[in-house]
Amino acid sequence: MSKLVPPIPKFLRPAPPRPGRNGAGGENGDGNDKPGTAVKLRDGAAEGGTQVVGWLDERTGMSPFLRGALYRKVPKGTNWFYTLGSATMFAFVSQAVTGVFLAMYYNPDPLRAYDSAAYITNEVFLGELVRGMHRWGSTVMIVLIFLHLGRTFVFGAYKYPRELNWVIGVLLLVLTLAMGFTGYLLPFDQRSFWATVVGVNINASAPVMGPYLADFLRGGAEFGAVSLSRFYAMHMLLIPGLIAALIGAHLYLVAKLGTTAPPWLKAEKKSLSQEKI
Amino acid sequence: MTRRGVMTGGALLYGGIASAAFGLPALGFALGPMFEDGTPDVWQDVGAEDEFNPETYVPKVANIVADLGEAGKTTVYLRRLDPGRDSKSKSDKGKEPLPYVAISTRCVHLGCPVRYIQASQRFVCPCHGGVYDFEGKVEGGPPVRPLDRFYTRVTTGRVEIGERFSVNSELERFSPRDPSNHLDGLWQYLYPSRPST
Repeated sequence: MSKLVPPIPKFLRPAPPRPGRNGAGGENGDGNDKPGTAVKLRDGAAEGGTQVVGWLDERTGMSPFLRGALYRKVPKGTNWFYTLGSATMFAFVSQAVTGVFLAMYYNPDPLRAYDSAAYITNEVFLGELVRGMHRWGSTVMIVLIFLHLGRTFVFGAYKYPRELNWVIGVLLLVLTLAMGFTGYLLPFDQRSFWATVVGVNINASAPVMGPYLADFLRGGAEFGAVSLSRFYAMHMLLIPGLIAALIGAHLYLVAKLGTTAPPWLKAEKKSLSQEKI
Repeated sequence: MTRRGVMTGGALLYGGIASAAFGLPALGFALGPMFEDGTPDVWQDVGAEDEFNPETYVPKVANIVADLGEAGKTTVYLRRLDPGRDSKSKSDKGKEPLPYVAISTRCVHLGCPVRYIQASQRFVCPCHGGVYDFEGKVEGGPPVRPLDRFYTRVTTGRVEIGERFSVNSELERFSPRDPSNHLDGLWQYLYPSRPST
């Protein structure tokens, strides 16, 4: 009978006596000196927390990674400008979340796209807010990514050994601009339609590859029904997937290589280390 | 040849085949439309013959993309050909010229819609200041070739327009191109036509 019952999880079983307090534990176990209920609960909660974390860590071995990523040392002089990357990522997460919910109502059919977008704004509960956050959030993300790029450039943070992270960052910039371009068409009103027609034709103006690129974007020779669903698929699946993957690589390299000190601290640092020697 | 080598090679091979099995069709999906004939050969009735004259353009609405609602429609400017005034096209050598001139409103700079202004007898683009003369040839601004045209014919007193075609500065006919693609001089070799045409 007892073999059929699954074992009680470790964190529900009474804790074994701690090695350091062997004697005391034994006394408690005997019931000579029972602690109060409140103390018991508090200790239990503390133990429970540690045990859940311990359970996860035992199975994933994640704590060294997390410690390395979250408790890494940052150079002296780290300031608010260093938060621009995180701010950009937060803008991306906000775009992803609002985008997922907009996709629940949006219809990428050329005859219904405009109406479904209008429906989101006018009818759906909080629709105007969510669409507004997505619409303005896109601008915020582009502003932030440029500020982040500028910070990296001005602080010289792209130099050895961080060149690869610069390259990934530039790819992320291009993909973010592509998000702006593909998303602009989706409301399918006059402005977004003609802006996208002109945008695709700008692509077509590149020598040799241009005409092919424009055909690829439109899904044909003319701007047709396929073009809208194509832009929609790129906007919500292809590009966000690439961005998420590249953000992962970007963050890995940041955690691996650490951040740079602001350029104005370099000289001071050198003289300090020389002093120590 | 080692056992390890065979296993590694096999794993790579089968992984590659499996990836290609979904990757290639997906790629074909994305690139396929580039190789299709995008402009179906359909003739559209745009009005009776007596609606048009050789002196001025009459705007008409035509469908260029099916199933796209309003967005699939475009304005076409039509007038009767004036053999005395219109310049001869090389493509018409030994043939009857097209009976009507049907000008596409798509500016060949970046695709904004142009407007015909009768007072100055010119087409003007609102976006970046492209100006075309009465025949649609470039007169100023950034456009790289004359305005595109449509094939025209007359069937039992009704004017019909067909496929769109592009022209170079001598009104020689080419397959339809995107705006901003050159058709004159050395530039034309940098802008290939669609593979299907």
